[in-house]
Amino acid sequence: MIYEGKQKIWADYQKEIPEDHYFYVRSCIRQSFFPASEVTFLDITRNKLGKDIFETEHHTTCGGIAYHSDAIPQETAMTIIARQFALMKKYGYENYVCSCITSFGLYCETMETWREYPELQEKIADNLWKSCHLEFAKPKFLVHASDLIFKYRNQIAAKSKYKLVNVKTGEPLRVVEHIGCHYSKMFPSKGVGGAEYPYVLVGMVEAWGGQIIDYPERRHCCGFGFRQYMIQSNRGYSLSNTHKKFESMEPFKPDMIITNCPGCPYFLDRWQYVIAETEGKTYGENGHGIPVFTYEEVAGLVMGYDPWDLGLQTHQVGVEPLLDKMGIPYDPAKKYLGKNGKNIGEPEKPHCLK
Amino acid sequence: MQDYRIKEGLNACINCGTCTAICPAAEFYRYDPRRIVDIVQHQDDAQIEELLKSDTIWYCGECLSCVTRCPRKNAAGLIIMALRSLSIQTGFFMESEKGRQMYLLCKDLNSNILNYGYCVYPRTFKYKEHQEAGVVWKWEEEHLDDIFERLGGNLDGEGAGAMRKIPQKDLDELKKIYDITGATQMLENVRAAGLKKAEELGLTEEEYAKKLYTESSNKHFNH
Repeated sequence: MIYEGKQKIWADYQKEIPEDHYFYVRSCIRQSFFPASEVTFLDITRNKLGKDIFETEHHTTCGGIAYHSDAIPQETAMTIIARQFALMKKYGYENYVCSCITSFGLYCETMETWREYPELQEKIADNLWKSCHLEFAKPKFLVHASDLIFKYRNQIAAKSKYKLVNVKTGEPLRVVEHIGCHYSKMFPSKGVGGAEYPYVLVGMVEAWGGQIIDYPERRHCCGFGFRQYMIQSNRGYSLSNTHKKFESMEPFKPDMIITNCPGCPYFLDRWQYVIAETEGKTYGENGHGIPVFTYEEVAGLVMGYDPWDLGLQTHQVGVEPLLDKMGIPYDPAKKYLGKNGKNIGEPEKPHCLK
Repeated sequence: MQDYRIKEGLNACINCGTCTAICPAAEFYRYDPRRIVDIVQHQDDAQIEELLKSDTIWYCGECLSCVTRCPRKNAAGLIIMALRSLSIQTGFFMESEKGRQMYLLCKDLNSNILNYGYCVYPRTFKYKEHQEAGVVWKWEEEHLDDIFERLGGNLDGEGAGAMRKIPQKDLDELKKIYDITGATQMLENVRAAGLKKAEELGLTEEEYAKKLYTESSNKHFNH
């Protein structure tokens, strides 16, 4: 009886993710700070797995960061979103995949509000026509790009060169997964596994050989807070929340962190640097930080991409301890080179963080 | 309040305080979302006006963690967002230090959106203002074109790709969306209010922006 009850609850969080044919929309933060992650996503899905993932240069920001910083009205954000959806229809797609969790949450909020208030949807459709002369449309399926990597996780595992396993001990790597609040906290049924037990990253880590760490502040926000980061004098909010998470995960000795949202890896990486430089505290082994990755970067490492092609040199927390554990070869001399070996200097060394 | 987020976010709050217990902002700031939801639920106009003029409504980080845990399926975060919109519409946002930050947020985020089509654009994300981005970002800032080229991006380039140049026709459409949905008017109002305040303080626009960006009273914090 109890088992059946659990199955029923779990059934609410099974997300239908079509196999193929998607209209792809990029993320402002992922493009800015992790451009190679989006390149890797498209290379894996299109070239390694043969999927049809279409992109047009005509899509823009969804406006999500401005909306959640209260800097544009809800109606403005909704009309920008309607424009994105209309472009999907114009190019002949009905499945929509976005690279950003803020966008994903805002799309869910918008579509749910339209469903409940058809008169608002009608107004937005009218706004869209008046401003852009585009026909209103909604996706048949809305997914986040990590949903697709989750769906393809076993195909990726089948093509893998490396596993999330410590090659020296043979033990699974200890992985912290961080989902990003707007993936499923607002609309649990829209995310793989819901809000309390999201499975989107756990599924990847398990398929690729790692072991998930559970820790008290696992579901706590990374601390972005939109306006709480954008304005320097509010930034203590952001730092404090990241600090709370690291203090909570530290006793469990994570080897790495995998993230879902494009903002979270930036904050979890950079605030470790700030904590190290200001307080002398580091959370990894021997003065290192805990390396933080996007899910595309982890998929790329597992599949044997060169770490520097994945852009791991643009992280502030060094990734080498993790590469060594996985047995991934890398050339330190090539870490900071530009295209075709161009010398573009290299970053200064942090004072405390190794 | 006609805001859809109030309709979506408030269904008979029982004042249990779960939202406050889970709230990252409530730990950092002197902030209690339970109290705010209670005031809105009681529809006490005087208390709501006080809220709209206060720093309190600007403490939320809009993570919406409160939504998941509320036993009544309320959304304190959505109610806060509606209050913030109303504070901006009524001009009450200028009464609080955190509210006045709207001048900078509107200016910076919307100039990125309307000029480039992105909320975040790496050429305007300056190390000088974001030293927490690390010495690696300092290096990236100095070599942005080379690094994007190395990583397969398309910074300011034609066609698709990471940080491509979004065609002017598309940016023009964004501007039209702003014009007909009230964003343009909102930005003008926020800017005018900010400039008026700067004049009152005897500051140039640049000095006022710097003050908003860097100064914070200690009264906001929980500890």
